[in-house]
Amino acid sequence: MVSPRTPSEREARRAALRSGRRQLVLDSLGIMASAGGFGVVFGLAARQAGFSVIEASVMSVVVFAGAAQFAAVGFVRAGMPWPAIFLLTALLNARHLLYSAALRPWLVEVPALKRAVMAHFLTDEGFALSVAHFQRLGFADLRGYWLAAIGATFIPWNVATLIGVIGASAIPDPARLGLDVVFPAAMSGLVVALVTGRREIVAVVAGCVVAVVVGLLIRHPGCGARRRPHRPVRGAGAARGHPRRAARQPDADGPERGRPGAGREDACGGRWVE
Amino acid sequence: MKLDLVGLAAAMFLATYPSRALPLLSGHFEQLSPRVLEYLRLVAPAVLAALAAKSTFVTDAQGPGSLHVGIEWVAVPLCVVLVVWRRNLFVGLLAAVLLVAGARAIGLA
Repeated sequence: MVSPRTPSEREARRAALRSGRRQLVLDSLGIMASAGGFGVVFGLAARQAGFSVIEASVMSVVVFAGAAQFAAVGFVRAGMPWPAIFLLTALLNARHLLYSAALRPWLVEVPALKRAVMAHFLTDEGFALSVAHFQRLGFADLRGYWLAAIGATFIPWNVATLIGVIGASAIPDPARLGLDVVFPAAMSGLVVALVTGRREIVAVVAGCVVAVVVGLLIRHPGCGARRRPHRPVRGAGAARGHPRRAARQPDADGPERGRPGAGREDACGGRWVE
Repeated sequence: MKLDLVGLAAAMFLATYPSRALPLLSGHFEQLSPRVLEYLRLVAPAVLAALAAKSTFVTDAQGPGSLHVGIEWVAVPLCVVLVVWRRNLFVGLLAAVLLVAGARAIGLA
């Protein structure tokens, strides 16, 4: 990052920042809705798995990794030992290595202590929003990072977890409202800002092909770890695994086949915030 | 108030934080060649596209990964087209959500 020297350069940079942050705020709105919706579902799932309010909230604050948290709820209910949960969490979240490495060149001038704090808030959504923001600007914007990582993701996820764990039985299933499509749509939309040439297009196509092929061949850790008879709790469908799939896939054991909220219990999914 | 699982949350933090922090805190990245840095730059579009593709086309709900066909196949590209056209992610997301919610409401998805 090269610092502006002349007053005109500084003014141009300020204008770029203002415009870039406006765009970032707009981009963040859908992510906030998605984080909020599935945070509620996580809170409800955690409560059903026997988590107290403090346990669920502490998990959302200190782990802050949606996929791992949804999986952990399933694992806890399945009675899996903690070392196994530790290992699976590490595997599920190993992709953060790539995000962190990709952000590193942008943050060369940021003090190490600040980078250490920034790391905790690094999620799929935070990364997607902030890297697109940095590329639009051509330089790193720390306030933009905090907005993406904390404003758009951390706060909605944690507030929603609290709402969910305290009592969200009256809140409708996010999948019924179409909120489950926000994650793939947001990721795709944010990719658009990152594509500037043929190399990026090749990277995008390769990423899609590898993900689909691997996804078809390899099972997500913890998926189908266990199944229990259906318990009809409103708004809880997505909590039983992948939110969208939960709404869509009928529960072979349950009486309410195919209804939102009647999904099968599964330890997988929850990639919606993380 | 039960606090047993706070320890699990702490353990999960210990499993998660290193992958988030190590590259960000490592000094080695300042000495990387431009070629490696270029590859790192391409990680972002590749990984985000991979996440979107996996969420759209694959379901884990029935066995070890199976192809999912649904309204998302239309909603996600619609979002991309709107983002390219309007340069506005929010508009794209709104259209995708409305399409999916509408399709589900009338029983098409």
